[in-house]
Amino acid sequence: MIAIVDYGVGNLASVRKALAAVGARAELVRDPAGLRAAKAIVLPGVGNFGHCSREFHRFGFAPELRDARERGVPILGICVGMQLLFEGSEEDRGEAGIGFYRGAVVKLAGVPRVPQIGWNAVRKIRDHPWLRDVADGDHFYFVHSYAAVAAEDVVLGTVDYGGPRVAIVGGDGLLGVQFHPEKSGANGLRLLRSFATADAGVVASGTR
Amino acid sequence: MLAKRIIPCLDVKDGRVVKGTNFADLRDAGDPVELARRYDREGGDELVFLDITASAERRRTVVDLAARVADALFIPFTVGGGIGSADLAGEILRAGADKVAVNSAAVRDPRLISEIAGRYGSQATVLSIDARRAHDHWEVIIDGGRTAAGRDAVEWATDAVARGVGEILLNSIDRDGTRRGFDLALTGAVADAVAVPVIASGGASSAQDYVDLFQRTQADAGLAASIFHYGELTVGGVKDVLAAAGIPVRPRERAFA
Repeated sequence: MIAIVDYGVGNLASVRKALAAVGARAELVRDPAGLRAAKAIVLPGVGNFGHCSREFHRFGFAPELRDARERGVPILGICVGMQLLFEGSEEDRGEAGIGFYRGAVVKLAGVPRVPQIGWNAVRKIRDHPWLRDVADGDHFYFVHSYAAVAAEDVVLGTVDYGGPRVAIVGGDGLLGVQFHPEKSGANGLRLLRSFATADAGVVASGTR
Repeated sequence: MLAKRIIPCLDVKDGRVVKGTNFADLRDAGDPVELARRYDREGGDELVFLDITASAERRRTVVDLAARVADALFIPFTVGGGIGSADLAGEILRAGADKVAVNSAAVRDPRLISEIAGRYGSQATVLSIDARRAHDHWEVIIDGGRTAAGRDAVEWATDAVARGVGEILLNSIDRDGTRRGFDLALTGAVADAVAVPVIASGGASSAQDYVDLFQRTQADAGLAASIFHYGELTVGGVKDVLAAAGIPVRPRERAFA
């Protein structure tokens, strides 16, 4: 069972339906203890970072997600769920992320339109097992007003929107995507299929 | 680069597509999901469903429509038409729609915008504006083209963005159904006045109309209904012409297999 972290935020039905379309059984999980039985975990999120972060922590998901990561359970963060992997966001400085990765999330600046809404090409910088079917230049659907700025070497893909912005971050057993794979047609389904069929591996403490 | 979006629009009544049901290759061209699948295959970047059901059943049919589309399609879609409460907006979004478009009810009570945006985010909140030229400005028209709202369209767009709208769907009543091309003056005025994306609608009859739209205004997307329904143009055909003119579009995707 793939667990979709349900902290009351985001278009969870679409994520579940897209996973079903690639043959994966996914369930919305509201009780943090429910993550212990998951073979993989999706962390979604849309809208305001502060609201997402508050609700995520209020539901008590942070310790279970950290534990799942220690156990090597594959984790995929989507949109604000990806931003939550970092330490915080200037959208709401009072709210902390999970802090799997060092860095913060900043407002898109120097661009004619905020939010960025629509399909944009992703420049693939480094590979990852779950990106094996993603080609350099594949288009994905973005909706965001903020973007992550990583303070460590975890950027796997960028998107050009008034300059390169972080589109994909990741490492062993963990991937965060700023775009919406569940709304990115065939390109998104390919990514979700690779994630859904990933084997859990044990991640040694202190490594990515 | 961010691609310019081509957005087919489907008018739906009582769960059925109202016009454009003459596709020979569809089993049931009146089924919005079948038609939506076709547009997805053609390369439609997202879809807009405009529900014009008037019956007491409309709340159930519009939520059901959103759920059925979300089962079948994995591209973004918006549901609009008669959305008068944040509760209904929430039901539609939870069923799987990505955005809801509000129109007349938001003109009557703009708090509807902040309520929906506050609960579900600006990214899910689209303002649909029907506008008609009146001397030196554009007048907002509500109730499906019947009533002048007494508001300036550019001013309303700006106000609505301040209230939390994340995107504007701008329909020119002067051009709607005329096949004279998008209203570039109206679109340009609104797109220059706001920082959120603007979808132009009304009047498109050729791929060149889309080229003009994207070369001469800051519009982010162009919406059309009948030209795609009746097969005069395909989304892919429009994109080929745009690409040849140097306008960024989403290329045809590799099929999922």
